[in-house]
Amino acid sequence: MELLDLSRFCMRLGDSCLIMAHRQSEMCSKGPFLEEDIAQTNLGLDLLGQAEALLIYAAELEGKGRTADDLVYKRPERGFYNFMLAEQPNTDFAFAVVRQYIMTLYLSRVYETLAKVDDETLSGIAAKAVKEIAYHQRHLGMWIKRLGEGTEESHERIQTAINELWMFVGELYEEDELDLKMQEAGYAISGEAMKAYLMANISSHLTEVTLSVPKSVYMTTGSKKGIHTEYLGYILAEMQYLQRAYPDAKW
Amino acid sequence: MSESKDTQGELWEVFLQTKKGLPFKHAGSVHAYDKEMAIQNARDLYTRRGEGRGMWVVPANAIVAVDPSDDSSFFDPADDKVYRHPTFYELPEGIKNM
Repeated sequence: MELLDLSRFCMRLGDSCLIMAHRQSEMCSKGPFLEEDIAQTNLGLDLLGQAEALLIYAAELEGKGRTADDLVYKRPERGFYNFMLAEQPNTDFAFAVVRQYIMTLYLSRVYETLAKVDDETLSGIAAKAVKEIAYHQRHLGMWIKRLGEGTEESHERIQTAINELWMFVGELYEEDELDLKMQEAGYAISGEAMKAYLMANISSHLTEVTLSVPKSVYMTTGSKKGIHTEYLGYILAEMQYLQRAYPDAKW
Repeated sequence: MSESKDTQGELWEVFLQTKKGLPFKHAGSVHAYDKEMAIQNARDLYTRRGEGRGMWVVPANAIVAVDPSDDSSFFDPADDKVYRHPTFYELPEGIKNM
């Protein structure tokens, strides 16, 4: 396994966690009620912790003297490799729930695999994350059910969020050259297996709570090459503001 | 006067156990609409820093409490009867959590 490949692999995963963490942090003080506000922010904190660990490791493996902070605050939009799904905005509570729910299913499978690899750092990060993600799955699964089976309006809103976000799901099981190398080394499952896992879980869960899986087949692609929706730029403008205004500021 | 409507759900009291075998202690309260949400909200508020290994949530309206105005009739009579307190025993060494 080439160190640079592993570094890129960790960076992709770390970027998705980081950007989702930022999205979750945006919900701080805006939750539907106090307890859920804290719950949503906690999900973000877990993801930020995972992002930090992964990006520290990515920077170390890269060996170019960059730190995790450099990766977070000094890369331009095209230098980020998070999934487009991760950057989608909190249009309403249902959008946030659906985004995190789908990403959580994906992450649970990713970390489960990584927890078993012969790399102490990565398997350690994954073993801790598996427990956190198991709770995310439980909490978000509860909301899918609650909103799906709730009122007419909650049902409509969550179905809308599912429909609108569906085109970003394809990236989660897309494969490029790096993915194939990681699969060969046992660090990732095949795109086909991931797709089967996601589809089986999502469709059985959704139909159980009176929701449906969209039929549309168009799926976006590009985040593995640093191509994003218009939303990432705004996230970075906010996240990197201090670094841009006062480069290398210290206090 | 218009009554302000609480839209945050019912109130639940949260009890935490720091270690298996120890008594559950009151930690605080949460709002939630049902049992499942109550236990998740309680987890998010009270157990994120290793505070517990066990947790109960109880609907606040299921708790029967002593009316504060009855304080004296409930609690004061024990004050002057020292023999009711186990203060004459010496605890053997090695006994914890007493």
